[in-house]
Amino acid sequence: MSDLRTDEPATIAVASSAPAQNENDDNTPGPPLAAGFRKRFAAPGQEFVLEAEFRAAPGFTILFGPSGAGKTTVLDCVAGLTRPDSGRITIGDHILFDAAQHFSLPVAKRRVGYVFQSLALFPHLTVEQNLQFGLMHLPQAKRREHASAILHAFRIADLARRYPREISGGESQRVALARSLVINPAVLLLDEPLAALDAATKSKIIDDLRQWNQAHRIPILYVTHSREEVFALGERVIVLNAGRIAAQGTPHEVIEAPRQETVAQLVGFENIFDAVVEAVHPERGTMICRVVTSPRAAYGTAGPVLLETPLVRAGMGSTLRVGIRAGDILLATSLPAGLSARNVIPGRVASLQQRDVIVIARVNCGVEMETHLTLAARDSLHLAPGREVWLVIKTHSCHLMQK
Amino acid sequence: MAIDWQAFWLTLQLAITVSAILLVIGLPLACWIAFSQWRGKFLVEAVVALPIVLPPTVLGFYVLVALGPRSPVGRWWISLTGHTLAFTFSGLVIGSILYSLPFAVQPFAASLAGVDRKLIAASATLGASPMRTFFRVIAPLSVPGLITGTALSFAHTMGEFGVVLMVGGNIPGVTRTVSIDIFDRVQASDYAAANATALLLLAFSFAMLALVYGVNRKVWIVGPAK
Repeated sequence: MSDLRTDEPATIAVASSAPAQNENDDNTPGPPLAAGFRKRFAAPGQEFVLEAEFRAAPGFTILFGPSGAGKTTVLDCVAGLTRPDSGRITIGDHILFDAAQHFSLPVAKRRVGYVFQSLALFPHLTVEQNLQFGLMHLPQAKRREHASAILHAFRIADLARRYPREISGGESQRVALARSLVINPAVLLLDEPLAALDAATKSKIIDDLRQWNQAHRIPILYVTHSREEVFALGERVIVLNAGRIAAQGTPHEVIEAPRQETVAQLVGFENIFDAVVEAVHPERGTMICRVVTSPRAAYGTAGPVLLETPLVRAGMGSTLRVGIRAGDILLATSLPAGLSARNVIPGRVASLQQRDVIVIARVNCGVEMETHLTLAARDSLHLAPGREVWLVIKTHSCHLMQK
Repeated sequence: MAIDWQAFWLTLQLAITVSAILLVIGLPLACWIAFSQWRGKFLVEAVVALPIVLPPTVLGFYVLVALGPRSPVGRWWISLTGHTLAFTFSGLVIGSILYSLPFAVQPFAASLAGVDRKLIAASATLGASPMRTFFRVIAPLSVPGLITGTALSFAHTMGEFGVVLMVGGNIPGVTRTVSIDIFDRVQASDYAAANATALLLLAFSFAMLALVYGVNRKVWIVGPAK
């Protein structure tokens, strides 16, 4: 079986039939990751079975699910740190694991970039030495060159001589990311790498990673349990629950299509819409977005649905995604006045459905919005399908996500 | 009150030889103990720990028998060199290695096992072979344990008595160590000389350990990366 590690990190691993590509010069997509495997963990009195079958094309694929769902195990199987009981894992034509052939490529030869949740920076080595660790097969001059290039790409050049304990969390994150990328991996595995960072640091790092991915089109498997990150990053989402893939597709498909209870629950936003930026008010820290209405949910005479949302970095006319939790929406039976909430949207109750002690009301206001209320609220408001209502939504209950 | 410097140098020589050999053979053994998944591992760990609880005379007795002309090992050595291993410096080294084995291997194994497994995994994903991972990641991060194990086996060999007496006897310049010298002086009621030698050994051992633990403090703390 051929070795995925090449001597020259500037070239990507190529399918045996294809001519050599230089990914620094063009951004030809690398081969996709295809995995289908089963792994059983048994301990006295408990058993966990992970069954996963998916493909990850170049670009971000989000592995999403609650803790204990098996997300990290999926990454470990791809990296070779855990050996599945059966199945097959390949990157293009290269076989990483094939149970039928009793073949498992050693971890060191898989050329998999792996950023662990704990980052796992070598504490006894400087940032630069950490970066060069994966380049030991190269002459020293080349090593320096590659390390320095990636140090600059991730804006950590000034940290080269520091030790991991001397740098901040965000900086450690960048170093770990750079270290896994400098070996020019065929696939990148990220295990909740940004969980501990603040939003600003996080989005900067994601921007840099996206930029890197534009030039190096390899599959990135990104594990997260953060709902926001799913929409911020996801070109494709795999929802994992209790060792099984509950759903996969684009973030929109996964949430829209079959309203699987687990998925809706995991994702947390019962209401997700595309919206176009209509006006920006930087001085107030807000902007106005027009919800893109679907014809099937059109509501009689109402005009466009406008939402005041928090300000994010997005130009006029650009399309974003808005997520609103059903529990964050208030329902009024007459036009409310004297409210701090900025969004009051007229609509009509489309359906009422009781689930345990919660009433799920679907309100048609140009789009269909789901809101949750108590039984007492339903009764005191005399809500019934067809009833005219107003939806009240605070500006900061509108969660904006990059499309 | 003359100190028997010959015995002192001999002991020092013995301790250095033993701790050096233990570093070389103890490290692979500790590595195996730290990382092996074998179910019967506990048996090996128990054997390694035996010298801690065994009376030195018991260990010394068996080593003496094993080195003597009646055992295959002893016969092989005699056919090779023409003399027996018992009552020689080499025999003393072998006995001391066995006696000090747990003092080296246990700290080694504990610190090797204490290295964050994620660092080992990270090294592998970065293309490092197991050997390279050992020398570039595991060993550097285990330095405190390696120093401790080497220092303990050194100090333990410096002060050993029972095994030396059983295996080596009391031949000046060959097997007569400081602790045997002290025993001899006491037997001869030369308490002043015994005291001087004992004090020297005490001070030396203390200085050694203090130095080692002092150095250890500044060395990398074993643990996960920040």
